[in-house]
Amino acid sequence: MFVKGLKCRECGRGYPKEPIFVCEWCFGPLEVEYDYEAIKRVLTRKEIEKRQPNIWRYRELLPIDGEPICGLNTGFTPLFEARNLAEALGIKKCYVKDDSVNHPTLSFKDRVVAVALSKAREFEFKTVACASTGNLANAVASHSRASGFDCYVFVPYDLETSKILSSLIYGVNLVAVEGNYDEVNRLCAEIAMTFRWAFVNVNLRPYYAEGSKTYGFEVAEQLGFRAPQNIVIPAASGSLVTKIYKGLQEFYALGLIPEFKTRFYVAQAEGCSPIVNAFKEGSNIIKPVKPKTIAKSIAIGNPADGVYALDIVRKTGGYAEAVSDEEVIEGIKLLAETEGVFTETAGGVTVAVTKKLIERRIIPRDEEVVICITGNGLKTQEAVINHLKPVIRIKPNLEDFKNHIKGGE
Amino acid sequence: MAVKVRIPTPLLSLTGGKKEVEAEGATLKELIEDLERRYPGLKERLCDEEGNLRRFINFFVNDEDIRFLQGEETPLKDGDVVSIVPAIAGG
Repeated sequence: MFVKGLKCRECGRGYPKEPIFVCEWCFGPLEVEYDYEAIKRVLTRKEIEKRQPNIWRYRELLPIDGEPICGLNTGFTPLFEARNLAEALGIKKCYVKDDSVNHPTLSFKDRVVAVALSKAREFEFKTVACASTGNLANAVASHSRASGFDCYVFVPYDLETSKILSSLIYGVNLVAVEGNYDEVNRLCAEIAMTFRWAFVNVNLRPYYAEGSKTYGFEVAEQLGFRAPQNIVIPAASGSLVTKIYKGLQEFYALGLIPEFKTRFYVAQAEGCSPIVNAFKEGSNIIKPVKPKTIAKSIAIGNPADGVYALDIVRKTGGYAEAVSDEEVIEGIKLLAETEGVFTETAGGVTVAVTKKLIERRIIPRDEEVVICITGNGLKTQEAVINHLKPVIRIKPNLEDFKNHIKGGE
Repeated sequence: MAVKVRIPTPLLSLTGGKKEVEAEGATLKELIEDLERRYPGLKERLCDEEGNLRRFINFFVNDEDIRFLQGEETPLKDGDVVSIVPAIAGG
């Protein structure tokens, strides 16, 4: 409806709306181009607020031409003020944007997949597929059933049990590749050239990635139509960072938020921090790494949007930081113990990086920060299982209970 | 000394539709020069105006990313397989 076409982010060449993802000339990524003048005429705060609480309330800014076919309950997850966490971190105000309860598969990937599969139907694909570290596979698997596609998901063979199970339960084809995510990704790029399948994060990537903008739209809307001062975002491919930025920029351009001066902070795990490394070295080149971290969902050693995420961090006056696996576990526990939210390892990375940046006064203590929680802790239980309080096991009588509880009476 | 080169979709028009071609060269850099001789126009698609490999193309020699090897100076030998894969995927 409002999509003009695709455009190469590197050389600016234009392309029609097709299931393509790279510029034929320079291999740069293709980006969806909208008719913002037309959107401005219809998309007002009032109009948005009238609509259902899901990602499609921003549909003019999403790249589908027809009606959405799935994700009708996806998005509009809680953004809440985290007072206990703010106190623990020593900052004036802290908000948590909580996609650990996104519908239906408990991660932000439901957003991108809802957009991608709606687009896959428009392109008349019969089979959908993806390369994934787990969450995306879960989302593609689930949404594919709800909207009637055949489905193949490709993951590294060594994922957490729950991430495997949370794809298999939908009865889809799960292919466990004996390699890391970057190898899975490369294989999928080659398969996508051979099979006429909709690989959501390969040949549908320009459309798919737009779904992540809704995370940014919601943060702004839920803050009362304004952009936050600081936002900390976990980075794997870097796509979420670039799309939250694009989303806020669009809201600003459309006059939906009064100003946009947000500082963007990128969070990675030390065992896989190519964007952080480039930031700290002052380099414009992202050197790939071989990932080794418990934060498997963001273990992408060769981040497709790394250079763009890096650019956003630099131009907004933000920072990029990494934390150790021990800090990740502490981060997961800190969010759980202060706010009662159990996030996965990527969320632990984000909380721990936020803590580090506040301690070092890189994020000012007298400002507000939004922490992006993108996944659910029930999917990565292995990471914390040996780091918790022991279970209190007792006989079924009061005496034994008293023996185990100090100062209970 | 022949090296197999896997060609990605956007470049098939330059190789007459062939997804796999053969070329020669002691290094990746030399291989690209030879590809240019065999399929004119290929080099400017793989390299930018300064002659550097474009930043959104990944090159693999026998499944290893050349940034883990010696970049465009990565040595090649008979029977090696070079894959040219668009970088923008995944995540």
